[in-house]
Amino acid sequence: MRIPRSPLASRAASAGRSIAAVLPWLGLALLTGCNESTMSTFEGHSDLTKSILDIYGTITWIDTALFILVQGVLIVAVIKFRATGKETELPEQVHGNLPMEIGWTIAPVLILMMIAIPTVSLIFDSQAQAKDGALIVNATGKQWWFQFGFPQYNFETANELHIPLGRQVDIRLQSDNVIHAFWAPQIAAKRDMIPGRVNHITFTADKIGEYLGQCAEYCQDSHALMKFRIEVESSEDFEKWAKAQATPQADTVDDSEGYKAFQGATCVACHAIDGTNAQGHIGPSLTHVGSRKRFAASVLEMNEANLKLWLKDPSAVKPGCKMPNLKLTDEQINTIVPFLQSLK
Amino acid sequence: MATPAHAEPADHPAESSAAYGEMSFGKWILSWIMTSDHKRIGILYGLSALCFFVMGGIEALIIRTQLAQPGQHIVDAATYNALFTMHGTTMIFLGVMPFSAAFFNYMVPLQIGARDVIFPRLNAFSYWLFLCGGIVLNLPFLITPFVDMRVIPDGGWFGYATLTEKAYTPGASIDFWICGLQILGIASMAAGFNFIVTIFNLRAPGMTMLRMPVFTWMTLVVQFLVVLAFPCITIALVLLLFDRLFGTHFYMPEGGGDPLLWQHLFWLFGHPEVYILILPAMGIVSEVLPTFSRKPLFGAPFVIFSGITIGLLGFGVWSHHMFTTGLGAAADASFSVSTMLIAIPTGVKIFNWLATIWGGQLRLTTAMLFSLGFVCMFTMGGLSGIMHASPPVDLQQQDSYFVVAHFHYVLFGGAVFGLLSGIYYWFPKMSGKFLSESWGRWIFGVLFVGFNTTFFPMHIVGAAGMPRRIYTYDAGLGWEIPNMIETVGAFIIAFGVLLFIIDLVRSIRRKELVASANPWDASSLEWLCDSPPKVHNFDITPMVYSERPVWDKNHGPGPGYSLPDSHEHIHIPPPSIWPLLLALSVAWFLASWLMAGQWFEFGVCSAITAAICGFTSCFRWFLEPGH
Amino acid sequence: MSSAATADASHGAGHAPAAEYTVTGVPAYKLAMWTFLGSDCFFFGSLIGTYMSSRGKSLNGPYPLDVFAPAVTSCSTFDLLLSSLFMVLAVHYAKIGDIRKFTLWTLATMAGGLIFLGFQAYEFTSFVEEGLTLKSNLFGCTFFVLTGFHGAHVALGVFLLGSLLWAVRTGKLADNGITTEVIGLYWHFVDIVWILIFTLVYLLEFTS
Ligand code: HEA
Ligand code: HEA
Ligand code: HEC
Ligand code: CUA
Ligand SMILES: [Cu+2]
Repeated sequence: MRIPRSPLASRAASAGRSIAAVLPWLGLALLTGCNESTMSTFEGHSDLTKSILDIYGTITWIDTALFILVQGVLIVAVIKFRATGKETELPEQVHGNLPMEIGWTIAPVLILMMIAIPTVSLIFDSQAQAKDGALIVNATGKQWWFQFGFPQYNFETANELHIPLGRQVDIRLQSDNVIHAFWAPQIAAKRDMIPGRVNHITFTADKIGEYLGQCAEYCQDSHALMKFRIEVESSEDFEKWAKAQATPQADTVDDSEGYKAFQGATCVACHAIDGTNAQGHIGPSLTHVGSRKRFAASVLEMNEANLKLWLKDPSAVKPGCKMPNLKLTDEQINTIVPFLQSLK
Repeated sequence: MATPAHAEPADHPAESSAAYGEMSFGKWILSWIMTSDHKRIGILYGLSALCFFVMGGIEALIIRTQLAQPGQHIVDAATYNALFTMHGTTMIFLGVMPFSAAFFNYMVPLQIGARDVIFPRLNAFSYWLFLCGGIVLNLPFLITPFVDMRVIPDGGWFGYATLTEKAYTPGASIDFWICGLQILGIASMAAGFNFIVTIFNLRAPGMTMLRMPVFTWMTLVVQFLVVLAFPCITIALVLLLFDRLFGTHFYMPEGGGDPLLWQHLFWLFGHPEVYILILPAMGIVSEVLPTFSRKPLFGAPFVIFSGITIGLLGFGVWSHHMFTTGLGAAADASFSVSTMLIAIPTGVKIFNWLATIWGGQLRLTTAMLFSLGFVCMFTMGGLSGIMHASPPVDLQQQDSYFVVAHFHYVLFGGAVFGLLSGIYYWFPKMSGKFLSESWGRWIFGVLFVGFNTTFFPMHIVGAAGMPRRIYTYDAGLGWEIPNMIETVGAFIIAFGVLLFIIDLVRSIRRKELVASANPWDASSLEWLCDSPPKVHNFDITPMVYSERPVWDKNHGPGPGYSLPDSHEHIHIPPPSIWPLLLALSVAWFLASWLMAGQWFEFGVCSAITAAICGFTSCFRWFLEPGH
Repeated sequence: MSSAATADASHGAGHAPAAEYTVTGVPAYKLAMWTFLGSDCFFFGSLIGTYMSSRGKSLNGPYPLDVFAPAVTSCSTFDLLLSSLFMVLAVHYAKIGDIRKFTLWTLATMAGGLIFLGFQAYEFTSFVEEGLTLKSNLFGCTFFVLTGFHGAHVALGVFLLGSLLWAVRTGKLADNGITTEVIGLYWHFVDIVWILIFTLVYLLEFTS
């Protein structure tokens, strides 16, 4: 669903849309290559990011015009009025000109109105309360990963957020440690996750695909490695995924070889696997960790080699990592890794 | 102007430039340490700022080297974080601010026809305290090999709570940062009071407020910003210190506190601070453009008034740094509009500068080139500021490299270019010698190209979604090429700075004084003094009749200024050691808190001793004869 | 015009040039004090803002109404107001050069300040006894930091007055009138800040 726009904003829209393809950003499009998943702020795939792009375009046009104007006058003046050294008289000593002063005080006011009006209307539109029926996601920033809770579906996951196409999403941003920021440029833009507060981002995605996100507020050592991904999928796929995530692991897990090793290595102190007695809440829930495409805040691809690397020494992957190096033996690692992968 | 042969105060060899040659080295050093001459203090500020600027620059070069390619590990994450924190803090508080202070000190008394600032020893105190602050801030680099905790400040230059709380940054790094900034704050405020009173009270007869040079005007506005904005960060830092030392919870939600309180207090200071950085440069540009266009500044009262307006508005826009924190739609909207309003007075300045050069006879000296470069690059930075001022757009730009591009355009392309312009403009006045013009053009060219190579691509990576303050990044997001270009650019800048430093040293070491009193045919009173000026600046305090006294004297129509035939009694404050000792005591007192963080009793004893030394210095200062 | 200038620095104490030249007609020290007070407004503004924005957000007691003793604080407020009156008198006698009466009223002002500090010490200890400390809750930290910094200002004022008295009595300060006036400005300012604190921190708790 699109956010309703003020008439002015929609007039700017057509101009805005085309600019993304043309102006200084042309180079950008060439550099980034178009259809891969990127962090580019110039591709909007939700109502929110699209309407931001409209204003972005308007301001870019205005700024470019003003820059050319100022630079043009400057360059012409430098060329035209350069001293030759042969002057015999001083230039005319002009001290000022009141009408001109008034002119260049008022002109910027008018120009700024062209920016301020759509800006203010979008501020109010985009911060309106989410509608009933919106998908609620509790996103919590941790050092250094993202926890995603789905209260309507009763499960929790990490670093990989699935959302349905066309349904409004209300992401509730929180933190219980330092400030982080949730930034998914192409569909959710950005807001901070601040301890002691709840912030909202509401948007409706309009294109199926995989989108990148990253923490944008400096949060110490592994701030650079605090990423996440958003998968926009059809409603059916989403429901299927949510249902699977909400299902606890079968009881059989409890007495598997892998689980015993997992328990023996004290992983349970920090990690939860629903359906077992692992109920730690310091690290990400591992309930369906095997189903994630990437792990450790999207830094590593989910495969055997990477899991081994991770368990060997987490801080070698992520500096300062809050998961300790548990000095596991190769044997332990070799039992735990397939177990983790089996948690689909 | 006829210059009297030698009117040096005979009983003050320590302060007399003529006597340097005959002095022993020790005495010479002592004469600098004890000086209360605004010109020497100005030079001290300038040289210190240059050293710190190079340090900040070297930190930037390491940052850029690390980011040249994806996935590099030249420094580790913790070091990287310390580097950008120290780079930002250094450049702002120890580079640009004291460099502006160098010109306030040297030029303001000369421009208003005074013999010194009103409280010369307070002025020396400000300098020494600033130096102590700079040293405390950088001390961690020296001690880090010897301790097993983190000591180099690493919370980012705006040190957001709760990250900077003891729970998340347990070492002493933030304590050093707090202590250093607190010392620097006191130094700046002391200088602020001094300059406000100086400008109001020490103007030469006939120099009404509207006849004051624009640089002096901008100094006045800046000093008001300093004395009003710094208390906010003082409080912010005190509360943080209390949280860290005594376990209060001003910023900790666990105790009901609010991390956003820090952001409000910090940016209530932080935004005026950016105008503290830019207004002096705007003042310099307003002196240089008219001089080298051989025209008066177009609409001078408007330029002055817009400077005042920028200062006033600067206090009402701080939350534009907090558009992503969720203050609510109403707050976002009002701060957005108030921020945009600043474009109006700034635009007035830009257009008046353009009108100044229009129709003039432009002499493209290096000083002029840097000022023109300022107009060009600052406009660019200001316009990207307008993008940030729209909260929805800022949701995509905040904490990305787009912001980094914005503030380097205004800080480097703006403030630093303006200051370089000032150096080229006033160097002959300060030293009696010229910097090489032929080198100067090259230096300008190299810096201009290097600057744009470094910072323009940051708009592109920023828009491509690269967050700031990341020590590494992955390939495949379109960030590699711009980052490589930026790094190359940074080294081009470094080359330019190196050329500049070489030329500076070369020129200072030249023996003969070649600059006349008024080599550029400029208009304000400093060009009436010798180059370099005598210890007491003016033999006779001039009587001022217009806003361009020296120009009018030379070119008419009015008399400009006159030198009344009076035998005034010239009083030069003698040297004093107490400013230095008081500064050391104050710095020591504040630094005692650092120790209190680790060994409480020891820190308290140390603080008490420092306080006693401080009070003693105060009394000796007060009782010292001759001031 | 040539060599008209002579320069020397062999002046006695108390001949500060800062007090001599002035374009605005306002003596330099006074102007400096005014700018300092402007700056101090932002200092206390930040502190009071912090207090007000944290007001009522304590997660646990003691709360303001549990500890405040309005009668005691009213007395200390009255005492501080009275000291401002004494300060006015001290300035008056300093200006007309009556050193004896100047001494008397300066001592009275200092006494007012010291009594206020005594009240504050009493108040702080009684609060601590009732369980309100710097750490106990948000009210504790904001309250102690705000009133503590105000107390420090009063203490500095007492110290300045003491130094002034000493300098005048030992003949080390010549232009006593203006210096006293400048310190008086400071004293009144600190007083006004207290009125504000008294109203916002104490009285506001007792309304409605
Ligand atoms: C010298 C320092 C300086 C200066 C002068 C400015 C000037 C401005 N800044 Fe900038 N700013 C910084 C230094 C500075 N800034 C720094 C250091 C940060 C980052 C802090 C951090 O996060 O680390 C920052 C960040 C920053 C942000 C927060 C971004 C974010 O983190 O999300 C914003 C948001 O509004 C902003 C806006 C502006 C605006 C509107 C101006 C205006 O004053 C600009 C006005 C000028 C012009 C507009 C150009 C000339 C005018 C015309 C040609 C007239 C016509 C123009 C129009 C009609 C538009 N700045
Ligand atoms: C006035 C302020 C100022 C100035 C001038 C600069 C100058 C430069 N800045 Fe800086 N910068 C900031 C203020 C400034 N910066 C701030 C406030 C931040 C934010 C910090 C934060 O996030 O907390 C920042 C952040 C910042 C970042 C982002 C880091 C990050 O977010 O991860 C980067 C990255 O490229 C950068 C680069 C540079 C470069 C390449 C220069 C160059 O222009 C530097 C040029 C100077 C030199 C290169 C020195 C020359 C030295 C020599 C030639 C040595 C030779 C001498 C001898 C051998 C004696 N800066
Ligand atoms: C002291 C707490 C702690 C212990 C013990 C611990 N972990 Fe972790 N674990 C964490 C934290 C914190 C993270 C998040 C790290 C990050 O991404 O920055 C994590 C992340 C992970 C991840 C990646 C999850 C994802 O989706 O990103 C896996 C897999 C994992 N741990 C497995 C284990 C195993 C197996 C053990 C036992 C051998 C273990 N952990 C023990 C705290 C712990
Ligand atoms: Cu989390 Cu940066
Ligand atoms: Cu700002």
